[in-house]
Amino acid sequence: MSTTLLTDLTIFILSLWVGFEVISKVPATLHTPLMSAANSIHGIVLAGAMLIAVTANDAVGYVIAFVAAAFAAMNVVGGYVVTGRMLKMFKRRPAAAAPASPASPASPTANGSGKGRRA
Amino acid sequence: MSAFSWITQLLYVLSASCFVLGLHLMNNPATARRGNQVSTGGMAAAIAVTLAIIIHAGAISATGWAVMIGGALVGSGIGLYSARTVQMTAMPQLVSVFNAVGGGAAALVGIHDYMRLTSAGASVPTSTTVTTLLDVLIGAVTFSGSIIAAGKLQGVITSAPVTFPGARIVNLLLAVVALGTGGYLIATPSLLGLVVVIIAALAFGVSMVMPIGGADMPVVISLLNAFTGTAVAMAGFVINNWALIIAGALVGASGGILTKLMADAMNRSIRNIIVGGFGTGDAVAVAGASSGSIQSVAADDAAIQMAYASKVIIVPGYGLAAAQAQHEVAALADVLESRGVDVSYAIHPVAGRMPGHMNVLLAEANVPYPQLKEMDDINPEFARTDVALVIGANDVTNPAARRAGTAISGMPILDVDQAKSIIVIKRSMGHGYAGIDNELYTDPKTSMYFADAKTALTDLTSAIKTLVG
Repeated sequence: MSTTLLTDLTIFILSLWVGFEVISKVPATLHTPLMSAANSIHGIVLAGAMLIAVTANDAVGYVIAFVAAAFAAMNVVGGYVVTGRMLKMFKRRPAAAAPASPASPASPTANGSGKGRRA
Repeated sequence: MSAFSWITQLLYVLSASCFVLGLHLMNNPATARRGNQVSTGGMAAAIAVTLAIIIHAGAISATGWAVMIGGALVGSGIGLYSARTVQMTAMPQLVSVFNAVGGGAAALVGIHDYMRLTSAGASVPTSTTVTTLLDVLIGAVTFSGSIIAAGKLQGVITSAPVTFPGARIVNLLLAVVALGTGGYLIATPSLLGLVVVIIAALAFGVSMVMPIGGADMPVVISLLNAFTGTAVAMAGFVINNWALIIAGALVGASGGILTKLMADAMNRSIRNIIVGGFGTGDAVAVAGASSGSIQSVAADDAAIQMAYASKVIIVPGYGLAAAQAQHEVAALADVLESRGVDVSYAIHPVAGRMPGHMNVLLAEANVPYPQLKEMDDINPEFARTDVALVIGANDVTNPAARRAGTAISGMPILDVDQAKSIIVIKRSMGHGYAGIDNELYTDPKTSMYFADAKTALTDLTSAIKTLVG
């Protein structure tokens, strides 16, 4: 067993534990964005796909390099963009709340505003 | 080790730290966006470092550059377009497609490295063969499995479990061929052998996901996400790259945990889901004593009941996601709130098509996240609730889960039956995924409102406005 492999294995196993620790505290609310975030992180395979292009020297190699780069780039770019899009929606109060309240006097009796809020 | 290698390795470790920090910031909705930005920064750094390594080595050909940049541009374009345009209800499919391409790319890294080694005619070290095999096996299974999962969610492939006699034997055979050939390759390197492994693994991915029903897809996607992470880590072993190993392991572990959380919430074991059998005949128990009569209700009555309630809990389920009625439910909640009704949402862990999917759908409809209550927090509140409005949720509200001997026994459920009255919006009396009658529907406190979720919610909202507005 070479030292390189041993180092790699050590890093791998410790990273697994870090992964367990970091994730186990996340509330269910964020599970979908989290899965999407984890999904974009495995787009790191783009680094590996780029390195293929260095050693490729025949047609098959170039085709593999091209497909791998395209796949990985799709994973990483799409993953981060869609995660960002989702997280942008998580707000404490709806943005529509502010324009909604001045709108209610426009329909004076329709809202039964005399009763006010019971809750 | 040269100074350049030192710096690049340290930068890889730095970007890996960004991934960990990014995931950590995901603990809280308030910091989650920053988490994603930190993670993106780490990724940009890792790509920049890789570019620097390639330029520094100076061995890449002009064709190599063209292929790499061309591929990356094409992939980025497709990724960007699909991420920008996807409907939030179709999110799970997209994640599944990203899993597929990620796993495919990881497998290709391993395949290319193996081709390089065998064509040089040198003997391949056992450790390299083993990590390459694991990379290619897991990557290929993920690739084909994720495409099938996405197809099932999109409705291109039937979401019903597809089985045939002897399906398990075929699965077993494929596994034996893949692993057996792999074992042979350890002793005798052969490119042809690797091709056999790839084909067997691709076929195994298909035959693994085909028999799994649509309702279990969230768990499968989560599992395949973990697979992709592991495949990427194995690719990191093959090309000895720390960034790939750390990031892949992180995702492998996190995907594993999410999968387990999901499976627990459905009271199923992961093995049970993958091996199948649930809801396909042998496990379906017939619930007895459900001969009670049901009462149906019209929009006007339901509207009045809710408008004069002081506390309403909305229980959104799979049917709401399928009808894409998240905006309509938010509109109804707004009208009720403007009348002073206390409205909150009870989110079962498996509501929607992915863990936490319902939260995303409601967030998209501008529902503030503090109104979304998780199961354990909301269950004690049902007893104080005037109206529980169940929209397209079935098995997760069935009180039969509290009794032994039914197909859903022991599954954690929302205590909807404790509310003072219950309105269920549902298209028909059809069964949920478990295939049993829901005793909630025959409860004397329950009124059934038979309609499509989107239409029903629109009608309810306008009924409240006209009748009591």
